[in-house]
Amino acid sequence: MENKGTKYKFKDRMKIAVKRDWQLYIMLLLPLLLVFIFNYAAYPGLRMVFMDYKPAKGYDGSEWVGFETFQKIFKDVDFRRSLRNSIVFNLLDLLVSFPVPIVLALILNEIRFPRFKKVTQTILYLPHFLSWVIIGSVAYAIFRPNSGVVNIVLQNMGLIDQGIPFLTEKWHWAVSYLLINVWQGMGWGTIIYLAAITSVDGELYEAAMIDGAGRWKRMWHITLPGIKGTIVTLLIMNLGRVMGSNFERLDVFGNTQVREFQYQLAIYIYEKGLGGGRFSMSTAVGLFQSLVGLMLVLLADKTAKKLGEDGLI
Amino acid sequence: MEKQTRKTKKIDAASDVSRAIVKFRISDAVMMFILVILCATCILPFIHLAAKSISNNNYVLAKQIFLLPKGITFDAYSSIFKDGSLVYSMGYSVVITLVFTALGMLSCVCAAYPLSKKRLEGRNIFTFLLMFPMYFGAGLIPSYLLYYRLNLLDTPWVLILPLIYSPYNMLIMKTYFQSNIPISLEESAFLDGATNFQILFKIALPLSKPILATISLFYAVGRWNSYADNKYFIRTDQLKLIQYKLYQMVSSATEAQTISLSEAANVTSTPEVLQAAAIMFVTIPIICVYPFLQKYFVKGVMIGAIKG
Repeated sequence: MENKGTKYKFKDRMKIAVKRDWQLYIMLLLPLLLVFIFNYAAYPGLRMVFMDYKPAKGYDGSEWVGFETFQKIFKDVDFRRSLRNSIVFNLLDLLVSFPVPIVLALILNEIRFPRFKKVTQTILYLPHFLSWVIIGSVAYAIFRPNSGVVNIVLQNMGLIDQGIPFLTEKWHWAVSYLLINVWQGMGWGTIIYLAAITSVDGELYEAAMIDGAGRWKRMWHITLPGIKGTIVTLLIMNLGRVMGSNFERLDVFGNTQVREFQYQLAIYIYEKGLGGGRFSMSTAVGLFQSLVGLMLVLLADKTAKKLGEDGLI
Repeated sequence: MEKQTRKTKKIDAASDVSRAIVKFRISDAVMMFILVILCATCILPFIHLAAKSISNNNYVLAKQIFLLPKGITFDAYSSIFKDGSLVYSMGYSVVITLVFTALGMLSCVCAAYPLSKKRLEGRNIFTFLLMFPMYFGAGLIPSYLLYYRLNLLDTPWVLILPLIYSPYNMLIMKTYFQSNIPISLEESAFLDGATNFQILFKIALPLSKPILATISLFYAVGRWNSYADNKYFIRTDQLKLIQYKLYQMVSSATEAQTISLSEAANVTSTPEVLQAAAIMFVTIPIICVYPFLQKYFVKGVMIGAIKG
């Protein structure tokens, strides 16, 4: 019964909408055109994961092979290695990079010299504005085993005899790779926590102080619980991204000596695809990565909402 | 509004109390020390490289350069300028970044403004269509083949067109429009017979200057800093952006750096000095402008974190 009513109204509503908002619809044409040409038009290309795609033969000439490509990649040692590295390094990233901005925000919040605080913040934000190319080339320049300044200083102080291969031996590389990421994100990551801290009720601090709670107790019992929600949301969001991989970050820190760890999904996709011409395999891995990634993000969003936090979508 | 002022007053009161009660203690010194160390890690590498880039070769080879230059010479920079390729890329990158930012802002406003109107028929469908690419991309090879068919490979346009519409930036701008443009203002303009375009240009955009600044900086810095698409889609040297140029010149782990400057540049500096100079040449512009940009960035982060 009601259906009929809404259907009738629908036509009228459309007429009114077009008459009132045609200019808005015209505006929408530009972004819609862009996503259709550059995003949606690429989706049909995904059918090559079910093909043995040969660039010379194109989509029409290549053979359909069903799920063979997926069977191939799951047996591929290179793929397994890149998957393992991606997951391990993303989890390690989370483990070492996540807590630092929280601690830094707590420290910054306790600084009572506004000038000092402001200058510190500005300086700590710097790495966020630098490209991975700059970060990578600076790191190579100062960490070189023989002529890098870090090794020279350590040698002059008599702490080491030989230069440490910070970026050219896989275990050292793993540590450097993780710590450089901490360094890049630590200052910028504080912004959200500092904002959350300002919304903690000031009365709580007063009451605690009257009760004789010291600085550490106030930090632990008031500030931290006050920003718990933000911490949980960000943690879940980050967990949703464990399948991702940042090509530029991996690429600038890549070299033959550290390939065993540096070989992650983004590198696999690039090297197999554009480098090696194995288009179907590369695309299948990319599809696998984005589907699992999408599922994780949706799961993370749901979990966050269930816990009563704002979702991300 | 009243509530907010009361709250800030409370916080002020609390910090006054803390200022009065808590004197400067060891814990303050420890915390400030930690911050100073961390800041040093952000600054010293660049001071070192700057010093190296204007030092005499002999001191560099003798490993005597730390934070101050010795035997000051600008040879490395003059070879960079004589060679010209980095200078050219810098200009080219500026032009690409400007075009990219302008087109990006256009497409962003065109998407964000209509979608910020709750009354818009079909709003959910359009929002879905315009957001979906953020969560699921086709991947490198399908995009590569698409750009090939569109004749975009190895042209400057491949660095511009595919990325000018950004769902993330759109979301931030949409959120800002929704929460900062009073509906009543728009309604009264409507009653006075204003069209949507007039409302956009006379009311919405002038009220949104902060977010316009923020999003254009997101676009500009994003384009300026990334190089992966250069590596994927560009072959011709003149069409590569400066970040990729620098990457090709210096990003290599080997001790003996080969740095590719032309014969005409008359290179007298060692690769190490030249490399330091090239890094500084690309980094200095960013270091000079970021202190002024950061407040806009912080604003964008805050809006992005809340979302609507």
